[in-house]
Amino acid sequence: MKLKDIVEKADLQVFHAGESWEQETGLGYVGDLLSDVIASGRKDMLWITIQVHENIVAVASLKDLAGIILAKGNQPHDDTLTAARAENITLLGSRLNAYQLIEKLIGLGVSGNA
Amino acid sequence: MPPGATSKGIVLSESVDARFRKLFSIEGGNFQAAGSVSKQIKMILKQLSIDNDLIWRAMIVAYEAEMNAVLYARSCEVTLSVSTHCVSLQFKDRGPGIPDIGLAMTEGYSTATREMRERGFGAGLGLPNMKKTADRFSIESVVGEGTTLQMELDIP
Repeated sequence: MKLKDIVEKADLQVFHAGESWEQETGLGYVGDLLSDVIASGRKDMLWITIQVHENIVAVASLKDLAGIILAKGNQPHDDTLTAARAENITLLGSRLNAYQLIEKLIGLGVSGNA
Repeated sequence: MPPGATSKGIVLSESVDARFRKLFSIEGGNFQAAGSVSKQIKMILKQLSIDNDLIWRAMIVAYEAEMNAVLYARSCEVTLSVSTHCVSLQFKDRGPGIPDIGLAMTEGYSTATREMRERGFGAGLGLPNMKKTADRFSIESVVGEGTTLQMELDIP
């Protein structure tokens, strides 16, 4: 499914629609430790986290992730939004907590299996 | 290991035939710029037509080392060398140094502050991640002076 369709069906808030917006995405990961995500992140993967500071954008950019979803209603810091725009990384948000969001994304075909 | 001791990993190959070499510098404590050196390295490796899987691994070691420099050091000089057979990264920082390298290399051990942990760093995964990911890894440290990391990734 295309990222923009996942955004619509999962009722995600769009902070920035980046270059992955029209791309197919079928892989997800959840983590708040940046070392874990930098080691495990795969190309075109959607990353769910509660971290909101600007360093998450560098991780997504370096690992070519499809985008970042801030769970539990978290809002990005201003620096994070600025970085996402500059790097053109898709930055999204959800009112749901990580577990609820994963449940919803699995229903849309976003898998945890690489 | 006593304070101030150094620890060397396996012997690294000489990069005398480097076809590309570039220096970068990292400013300790500058979270806004964190990741920018890794990003430049990624762009260079792409321009040199390095294999995507190798770039993917290089980003793990580069970002971990860059974040360690931002988190703990005053400054850090980075040397990227690319030869016909490997990508080599050296991170030489001026900082507090590591008193016990064996302990620092233990997964889960960290001296990170609460603030660093709240930002998702300091889980004690950085150095072990680098060692696991690089084909060759060495670390030397002098307390009160700094730490040097040398990592090589073989080009298939």
